[in-house]
Amino acid sequence: MGINRRQFLKIAGFSSLIGLGGTSASLLRKSILEASQEEQDPRALLGKRWALVIDMSKFKTEDDYRRVIDVCHRIHNVPDIGNPKSEVKWIWKEEYENVFPSQDFDNQYVEESLKNKPFLVLCNHCDNPPCVRVCPTKATFKRKSDGIVMMDMHRCIGCRFCMAACPFGARSFNFQDPRPFLKEMNPEFPTRTKGVVEKCTLCYERLAIGLIPACVEASNGAMAFGDLKDPNSEVRKLLRDNYTIRRKPELGTLPSVFYIIGGKNNA
Amino acid sequence: MYNGGKIIAGLVIFVGLVFLPFFLSMGKAVAKPDPKIDTPYIQHLAEKKCVESKQTMKTIHMQMLYDWRDAVVRDGDRIYVANDGKKYTMSLQNTCMKCHSNKKQFCDQCHNYLSVKPYCWDCHIAPKEGV
Repeated sequence: MGINRRQFLKIAGFSSLIGLGGTSASLLRKSILEASQEEQDPRALLGKRWALVIDMSKFKTEDDYRRVIDVCHRIHNVPDIGNPKSEVKWIWKEEYENVFPSQDFDNQYVEESLKNKPFLVLCNHCDNPPCVRVCPTKATFKRKSDGIVMMDMHRCIGCRFCMAACPFGARSFNFQDPRPFLKEMNPEFPTRTKGVVEKCTLCYERLAIGLIPACVEASNGAMAFGDLKDPNSEVRKLLRDNYTIRRKPELGTLPSVFYIIGGKNNA
Repeated sequence: MYNGGKIIAGLVIFVGLVFLPFFLSMGKAVAKPDPKIDTPYIQHLAEKKCVESKQTMKTIHMQMLYDWRDAVVRDGDRIYVANDGKKYTMSLQNTCMKCHSNKKQFCDQCHNYLSVKPYCWDCHIAPKEGV
């Protein structure tokens, strides 16, 4: 005993009606959230292309570096693991020959003191970031509003493509739970978990409430922060008045961290 | 049926094992989740009200947290305008947990009861509790 055409159409019609009703009911429920909205903090610093200018001549003592590195790592809950194979770092010291490997071809007669000087390095927040191109989950992305190369830890699956792609070694992988390696935790900022990649985020959480990046604040004027697209910004003034270099320009990633390397006639 | 006795005996044992947890907990009442909102911070509030109404928070706090997460991390928007017009900073650690500083007595109550294991606390720092 089968059903005839009329009965079949009736059943099909009613079941699609029920289906549609259920969908619209769930849509209605969601609208509670959509009725309200999110907005920016009025204190937020707004720029089109944030950049840092680091004046290396102002980094004289070990303490000058330490102060800057420590404040960043402390407020962002960056663990001190100690083992270089699994270390996590956002901003750190690096030898000249590793920071500017191609400079030897450009100017092999560069001042000897510069060659022996440790440089302060961090994520370059490139205009054309290779890490963003390779990320399969868009966990790392370039903010359209101000060009910060951001990390969304919620999406990171720990594939480490970005670490392979980054020509500056700016990214660290959490091979283990970082919490046991934190001496003290900043309760206002999250830690990371095992299996995600992390790096400097240009203090996006501070910019959002109107503060400049912590490293710049702690550097006593050795670092400057500002908007590259604003011709009157502090960084543009420094770039006008000084000779600056960027890391690995031949790769075309267009870093937005600039180094003033001094020299007697440039000072 | 070949080896019928063994098969049936095996089936009986299998079914017995499957239903063992049900038999063991039959008649026993499992404590109902009892989330507490009596933290010192909440007690000092003039108006004891969450970001949205109690019912809304009960049903959609998880969607709301996802919404907040995307707004803060991906769009850089940090202020939430509630349905009553009040503004809040969207932050699990600094807004939600400032009032609900009793994660064990609040979040975990229902989550454990329903065996939901949100991974928020892998990274986000839960407030220190006395216990």
